[in-house]
Amino acid sequence: MGSHSSNRTRVPLSRMAMGNGHGEDSPYFDGWKAYQIDPFDPAENPHGVIQMGLAENQLCADLIEEWLIDHPEGSICTAGGSDKFRDIANFQDYHGLPKFRNGIAIFMGKVRGNRVKFDPDRIVMSGGATGAHDLIAFCLADPGDAFLVPTPYYPGFDRDLCWRTGVKILPVNCKSSNNFKITKKALEEAYNGAVDAGIRVKGLIITNPSNPLGTTLDRATMKDLVDFVNEMNIHLVCDEIYAATLFRGPDFISIAEVIEEYDDDCCNRDLIHIIYSLSKDMGLPGFRIGIVYSYNDDVVRCGRKMSSFGLISSQTQHLIASMLSDDEFVERFIAESSARLAKRHGYFTHELERVGIRCLDSNAGLFVWMDLRELLAEQTFEAEMVLWRVVIHKVKLNVSPGSSFHCSEPGWYRVCIANMDDQTMEIALARIRSFVLENMMGNCMRVVRSKESKAVECKLKVSFSNRKMEEVMKMPCSMSPCSPMPPRSPLVRART
Amino acid sequence: MGIPKDGGNGLGAVLSKIATDGRHGEDSPYFDGWKAYEENPFHPAQNPDGVIQMGLSENGLCFDLTEDWMKSNPKASICTAEGVENFSSIANFQDYHGLPEFRQAIARFMTRIRCGRAKFDSDRIVMSGGCTGACETLVFCLADPEDAFLVPSPYYPAFNRDVRWRTGVQLIPINCKSSNNFQLTLPELESAYEEAVESGVNVKGLILTNPSNPLGTTLDRTSLRELLEFTSRKKIHLVCDEIYSATVFSSPEFTSVSEVMHEVECCDPNLVHIIYSLSKDMGLPGFRVGVIYSYNNTVVSIARKMSSFGLVSSQTQLLVASMLSDEEFVEKFLEESPRRLRARHRKFVRALGEVGIGCLQGNAGLFFWMDLRHFLKEQTFEEEMRLWRVIVHDVRLNVSPGSSFGCPEPGFFRVCFANMEEGTADVALGRIRAFVSKREHDGEKKRKWGGNKMLRLSLKPLRYDENNILTTMSSPDMMSPRSPLVRARN
Repeated sequence: MGSHSSNRTRVPLSRMAMGNGHGEDSPYFDGWKAYQIDPFDPAENPHGVIQMGLAENQLCADLIEEWLIDHPEGSICTAGGSDKFRDIANFQDYHGLPKFRNGIAIFMGKVRGNRVKFDPDRIVMSGGATGAHDLIAFCLADPGDAFLVPTPYYPGFDRDLCWRTGVKILPVNCKSSNNFKITKKALEEAYNGAVDAGIRVKGLIITNPSNPLGTTLDRATMKDLVDFVNEMNIHLVCDEIYAATLFRGPDFISIAEVIEEYDDDCCNRDLIHIIYSLSKDMGLPGFRIGIVYSYNDDVVRCGRKMSSFGLISSQTQHLIASMLSDDEFVERFIAESSARLAKRHGYFTHELERVGIRCLDSNAGLFVWMDLRELLAEQTFEAEMVLWRVVIHKVKLNVSPGSSFHCSEPGWYRVCIANMDDQTMEIALARIRSFVLENMMGNCMRVVRSKESKAVECKLKVSFSNRKMEEVMKMPCSMSPCSPMPPRSPLVRART
Repeated sequence: MGIPKDGGNGLGAVLSKIATDGRHGEDSPYFDGWKAYEENPFHPAQNPDGVIQMGLSENGLCFDLTEDWMKSNPKASICTAEGVENFSSIANFQDYHGLPEFRQAIARFMTRIRCGRAKFDSDRIVMSGGCTGACETLVFCLADPEDAFLVPSPYYPAFNRDVRWRTGVQLIPINCKSSNNFQLTLPELESAYEEAVESGVNVKGLILTNPSNPLGTTLDRTSLRELLEFTSRKKIHLVCDEIYSATVFSSPEFTSVSEVMHEVECCDPNLVHIIYSLSKDMGLPGFRVGVIYSYNNTVVSIARKMSSFGLVSSQTQLLVASMLSDEEFVEKFLEESPRRLRARHRKFVRALGEVGIGCLQGNAGLFFWMDLRHFLKEQTFEEEMRLWRVIVHDVRLNVSPGSSFGCPEPGFFRVCFANMEEGTADVALGRIRAFVSKREHDGEKKRKWGGNKMLRLSLKPLRYDENNILTTMSSPDMMSPRSPLVRARN
C-alpha cells in the first residue's frame, strides 16, 4: 500500500475537516493563482503579475537589519548572546518572558504616543493575530453565537473567528456615502436582526486602523461603540494591528485611550479587549507575534492557558524583547516607518489621481481603497469580478476585489503598496496609466459609434475584444483537492 | 440608541462555556507540588535545601552540543553578520507550508532517528504550536464534539486539555495493569472499544504515546502491529505521539508505527498519523517546533490550513533547518544524547535499587516510573497523595504521583532525571537515601516500642479541608501560580 493511496475506504474525518470553513474555496483564488503562475520579477520576469494583494510592510527592513548587526545580544546564536541559549531554549512558560511582555507593553504605549500605558501582566501570547482572533473567540463565545463586524472587513476573519469555534459573523453594513463610517443605526439594525433570528450576539469586532479602508475611527464613533457595547452588555474586540502604520492626521485613537474617559459605572472594562501583532507595524509576519490584551482578568487567565496551543518561540521572544527595550531604536523606527509610508502613499495616490482614479481618503494601513465604480459595466458584483479579472490578467496586478472584504457596494478594490520597492511601484503605476488610457480611448470610440447609430450605449464598458473577454471568463478557479502541496491561496500567508 | 425587542441581551457578556468549564485541567490537586517548588526552588548555592524539580520532563543533558553548533554556524541565525542577509526574506515568510528546507530537515531527522527503517516525506510535514498544538489540531481534523479517543493509562495528563478542551472530544482511558508492566494488550483495547461503542459513544481513534510518557518504555513490534491491525479493522484512527523517539537509550530498539504499516495487511494509511516535536528529543521546548505527520492527504491539507493558528516562527524554522541539515551534527547528537540519558538513568535506578526502591524497566524517555507501593499504608489513592505530599514537603522533591497520569493502581510516581545538573542529581539521591533510611529507622523504633507495625508518615500541616482534601486555589491576579500546564508540555 502506497503512502499516497487515498480513499481506499471512506475514512471519517471531522465535519470541520470536511467543510470549507477554512475559506480557501473561494473565487478570489484566481488572482493568487495568476500571481503564482506568473510572478513579477524585475529581472527574470518583468511582465509578470505584480503582487498588490498582500498587506505586508517591507519598507523598513533595513532599520531592523542595522539594529541586529549592532546588537548581537538580541540573538541566542551569537557569541554575544549564546550564554542565554539554554535558558531561552528551555523556556516554555505560557506567561512568556517577562522582558518580552514588558517590551510589548512599552511598544504599544509608544505607538499611542504614550497617551496610555499598557500593563505587561495583561499581555497574552498567540500564534500571530490569526491565533489571537481564534483564541478570543473561543474565550468569549459558544458555537452558534455571533460577532458583529462592520463591512468591509478583513477576509481572514471568516476563518479566524469562525472556523474552529463555530461562531458566526454578522456584518454591519457600512456605506460609501459616508466613507464607510460605522453608524449607530447600522449597529442597531444588525443587532436587532440577530435578536429576531434568535442569534445570541456576544460582541462587536472592529479593526482600527481599518483593513481594508486604511482609515482610523474618530473619537465620537469610538464613544458610540463603547456606549453601544455597554448598553447591550456585549464584548468589544479592537484589532489594532495597524496602529503604527498611521502616516498622517487625523491621529489614531486607541480603545485604550477612549475607555480612560469613562467612569467605571459607564464602561465595564471586562468587555474590552485588544488584538495586536508585530506583523504589520514592524513587518515581521514570519515571527508569529500575536497578542491578546484584555481588560478582563478571566479572559487573561483563560487566554493564557489557551496560548499553550500557539506560543511564540522563545528565541523570537528574546529577540523582540531586546529590540523593543531599545527606546532610541523604537522611537526612530516608528517615526521613520510612518514617514516612508506617508511618502509611498502620497506618491501612489497622487499618481492615481492624475489618471482620474480616486481612493478613499486614508491616513493609515499598508494599502489604499481604490474606487473603480466608474469603470464597472454595471454596479454589480459580477461586473466587479469581471473588472477584477481584467486587472489581474490584462493589467497584471493582483489587487483584491471589495467583495472579498464583504463590501456591500461593488466597485472598490484594496491595493497594497508597502510590499514592494520603488521600482516595482513605478511599473505598477505605469501599467495602471496604460490601462486607464486604453479604457478612455475605448470609451471615446464607443461614444463616436453610438452617436452614429441610433442605439445609444450609455454604460461604460472596459474596452477589449469579445474573444479575450471569453478567455478571461473561462479561467479556472478551483484548486486541486488531492495534492498535499496545493497552489498558494491568500490564506497560505497567515494574514494578508 | 434604540432598545432591542428583548430589552437587551443580559447574557451577552458572559464568557464562553469553554472559558469557564475548567476543562483546561489546571484546577487540580496536583498543583501543590508545583507551588512548593515555586515557593522554595532548589539552587545548589543559593538554596541548597529547596525543592528539587523532578516533575518536569525536560532534556537538559545536551545543551552544550547545540550551543557549540550554533557558535560555529552563525549563518543559521538571521541576527549575525553572516546571516542577516536572510533577515528580510525570513521575517516576511509566513507561508503555512513552512520553509521547504525546514520541512526537509525535519523529515530527514525523523528518518534518521528510525535509522532509515521508515522514510518521511517532507510534503507531509505540517507545522504546529509544539506538540500541544499538534495534538489539538489533529483532533479537530479527526473528530467532532462528543466523539471519543481511547488512550491507554497511565497517560500524559495534558492530553485531557489537548484532546478535549476546545474540541469537545472525549478521552476514554483504557486501564492497563502493573502485572504486565502497564503494556496495552489487544484484549484490553477490544474490551474498552466494545464497552464505549455499546454505551453509544462514537469512538474515532486510539492515541498511543510511544515511547511512553510516563512509563519510559517502548511498544514491541508485535503489540504495535496488533494495535494497528485492530484500529484498521475497526476503521478508527491511530494517532502515535512519538515525541520521545530519540530518547531511546537502551534496548529494545524503538519501533515506530511508520515501520510496521506495511506489515499489516489491512492497514489503511488514511487512518495513521504521527505527532512529533523537537521539545524532548533535542531539548528545545521553548522553540515550539511541533509537527503533524499524516498519511492522509486530506488531513495534511486541512491541518496545514489550521496551522495558521500556530505556525513555527520563521526565525526558528531557519535555525532548526540549518541545524538538522548538518548530518555530522545530527549523527553526533543522536549518538551522544541517548548515551548521556542512559548514564543518568542508570545512576538513578541503581541508587534507588540499593535502597529497595524498584522502577519499571525503562529504555526511553526523560523519566522513570518509580514503584512505591510498598511505602503505602494502604493501596489507595488517598495514601498515594499522602505519600506524595511527604515527598514534596519533607524530602523536598517534586515528583509526579501516578494518579495525575490516570494510573489505575496507586503507588507509582514519575520521576524526571534529565532536567538537572549532575550535582543536583546527587543531592536528590542523597535525600532519597536519607528518607528511606529514616523510614526504616522509624519503623525499627516502632517495632521496638511495640507500636503499630505500619509506617506512619509524618505530615506537615497544610491547607486541608475536613475531608483531608487539599483545597484548590484560584489566584486573584492574572499571573497564575505555576502549574504544570504553564509549561506547555511537561
